[in-house]
Amino acid sequence: MNDHIPVFPLARLHGRYPLTTRIVGRLLLSLVLLVASSLLIFGGIEALPGDFATTYLGQAATPQAVANIRAELGLDAPAYARYLDWVAGLLHGDFGHSWASGQDIGAQLGSRLSNSLLLAGAAAIIAVPLSIGLGLIAVLYRDRLIDRLINLFSLAAVSLPEFFVAYLLILWLVVKNPVAAFPATVYASMGLGAKLVTIALPVATLVLVVIAHMMRMTRAAIINVMDSAYMETAALKGLSRWRAILRHATPNALAPIINVVALNLAYLIVGVVVVEVVFVYPGMGQYMVDAVTVRDLPVVQACGLVFAAIYILLNMTADILSVLANPRLRHPR
Amino acid sequence: MKNRIPATCKTSHDNVQDLGRRRFLGSAAAAGFVLSASGLLLPSNARAADEKPQRGGHLKLGLDGGQTTDILDPGTYSGSTMFVVGFTWGDRLVTTDPQSGEALPSLAESWSSSADAKVWTFKLRQDVRFHDGSPLAMNDVVQTLRRHSDKDSKSAALGLLEDIERIEEQNGDLVITLKNGNADLPLLLTDYHLQIQQNGGMDDPENVIGTGPYKLESFEPGVRITFTRNEDDWNEDRGFVDSVEILVINDNTARIAALSSGKVHFINSLDPKTMKLLSRAPNVETLSTPGKGFYSFLMHGDTAPFDNNDLRMALKLAVDRQAMLDNILGGYGTLGNDYPVNDAYALSPTGIPQREYDPEKAAFHYKKSGHEGPISLRTSNAAFSGAVDAAVLFQSTAKEAGITLDIKREPDDGYWSNVWNKKPFCASYWGGRPTQDIRYTTTQLSTSTWNDTRYKNPDFDRKLLEARAETDQEKRAALYQEMAMMVRDNSGLILPVFNNYLNAQAKNVKGWVDDLGNDLSNGQIASRLWLAA
Repeated sequence: MNDHIPVFPLARLHGRYPLTTRIVGRLLLSLVLLVASSLLIFGGIEALPGDFATTYLGQAATPQAVANIRAELGLDAPAYARYLDWVAGLLHGDFGHSWASGQDIGAQLGSRLSNSLLLAGAAAIIAVPLSIGLGLIAVLYRDRLIDRLINLFSLAAVSLPEFFVAYLLILWLVVKNPVAAFPATVYASMGLGAKLVTIALPVATLVLVVIAHMMRMTRAAIINVMDSAYMETAALKGLSRWRAILRHATPNALAPIINVVALNLAYLIVGVVVVEVVFVYPGMGQYMVDAVTVRDLPVVQACGLVFAAIYILLNMTADILSVLANPRLRHPR
Repeated sequence: MKNRIPATCKTSHDNVQDLGRRRFLGSAAAAGFVLSASGLLLPSNARAADEKPQRGGHLKLGLDGGQTTDILDPGTYSGSTMFVVGFTWGDRLVTTDPQSGEALPSLAESWSSSADAKVWTFKLRQDVRFHDGSPLAMNDVVQTLRRHSDKDSKSAALGLLEDIERIEEQNGDLVITLKNGNADLPLLLTDYHLQIQQNGGMDDPENVIGTGPYKLESFEPGVRITFTRNEDDWNEDRGFVDSVEILVINDNTARIAALSSGKVHFINSLDPKTMKLLSRAPNVETLSTPGKGFYSFLMHGDTAPFDNNDLRMALKLAVDRQAMLDNILGGYGTLGNDYPVNDAYALSPTGIPQREYDPEKAAFHYKKSGHEGPISLRTSNAAFSGAVDAAVLFQSTAKEAGITLDIKREPDDGYWSNVWNKKPFCASYWGGRPTQDIRYTTTQLSTSTWNDTRYKNPDFDRKLLEARAETDQEKRAALYQEMAMMVRDNSGLILPVFNNYLNAQAKNVKGWVDDLGNDLSNGQIASRLWLAA
């Protein structure tokens, strides 16, 4: 870098520590995103038709009773004041109390989130290595029978809606051949082993649903790299195909793979409400949907924010990892 | 929330039993409404007692209608799951006979009323203990009723108890004084929200240490609720299993899979479409119980064009009720006759001719009304399962009569707050109510906020109030007969069918009772079911 050209301190920092500034920048951006999404969530919920007081009181709601409930819940305050109040609570780790049940949201959220993480974690541990492995194998046997079979199978799995996959699994493995546990209801007093046995079917469903996306992205990213000159060199210097793929192609294809894995992980946590319903699994999605039906807005807000945070966190991690995986950024000249 | 717990009943036009019931009521009235606690009247004796119940086992119920937001305060119960939960841990003062709907002793062993049905005296059973061993005292009962009937109460039972002036203990008895006479008071006390709690739940509304057949063991709202047997139950004729587990399964297909794979013993809320298929499954028994709930199309009688009785009559005649029963309910129901009461209610009208589909007569009334152009009918499957299909069927049968219906499909979400009771013509559903009086008071009384057909008839109102305080059951029945005719021929209510409640159980489950009180054997499945070895 040319030191004699006047530059902004930030740009200079960026010049000297490209990796660190990039990561710090990404962290700051995530924070901004989180604040923005909290605003969006709050605003969206404000705009929802129907309010808690009338839903709670039912059709016999008199104007006075509605006013009483609104005052009791502090709904008569202006929106910005309620937003600031909510954010202030969040900063103290206080998610507030459910309007419908009066219970502390944080406690409920904790158990629901840990259930969701258990399900997503179990699915990810199987799906991520499996799909990347299958992607590599598909590249290795590109355009041969194995590649085609893997493609066919994964396309079939991704084409079926998740509830349909779920019902098929229930039909085969619960109703016709009673081998799997059902429903997948886990509860606090269960041991981890028992929980894992119970969630086998929803995990299998989720694995089938997410595997194709990651597998195909892995395959495409590596094939993309395979056409570059250095892969040709690797082949010419006598490296085996498998070794060339693992040593040279994969590291250079990591960024898109990391991204697609992060997207799918986020989906496993925030997007599986249908699977939760079908398998009767007490996760976050079900919690949020229940809250929406009764207009229990603090719970909806809390769930929305947690979902947003998870999404942002995973994407941020993916970005940072792809930065780290990029040798040009890791070793600046 | 509008009470949408399914309610229930019997189909058979069992005249002998009806007569017996009326005669019994008549003599009870003559005796100043004294009901003794002779064991003969306990509901369990009404059970088809061909087998002696076996004790023991772990009963698993897969129920819908449970939510994360559920709490244990019985004043808040709505939805099937909490409805059943209440009957599992609690007892009410009064219960009902499954077949006749008559008030029967529960925690109250007998009662009597003044001649004008304004002052009621209840005697309390003396041998009842709460789950923690403390004896049931009059204070617990008084406080329970006070908590639910307080004018600032948030209890869902408040509406039923609004007419109560005073609740007090006198010489060891419970005395309830009403503002106006009401011969149905004991039946009002059978409401499922009125489970007796320690100190009436005044200290902690979520304290469910009750007197019922099972003790609550764990409660995860919307997920799983478990109970263990109450070994000191005052009523030995119920609570046969060692433990009960309620799994909340809101998804229809999941509930059926859970039952057919043997993971649960009992499921509720079956779809009529799957009922026939499920009845073919081995090891499963389907249960169809006639109910008080009904499917309906509501016209606002004070809004054009529905303010014209000829138009209302034309639309009533343009519904093919039998086709609706066969196609929408798969035959699991009974025909409606445009008044909101059927044989499941005490003192129900008799001999009212069934209204038939008659396109010619409908066309005649339609012409006479002078209306032209399409009529908007709003519908959504939130109203009842199959409401959109029902509206389309209505549209095609009305077309035969030259009436054009324009069907507007509304979103499910918010249907009850934005469409029902707001739009002049829409599909709707009502669950049952304990008595005809409450049924009409809720929806046909001029001043009711839930008067969803805007039926305003001073003559009808007068008859309703007269019947409420009438202690002569013959006169009362005659009044109800007239009121049914008025509603049938004048109001904006189109009531094609009463739906049955559809449940299913594993073949080794016994003890099910068709209870006309409400769905799920009037909430008492956990009390009544037992497992055959």
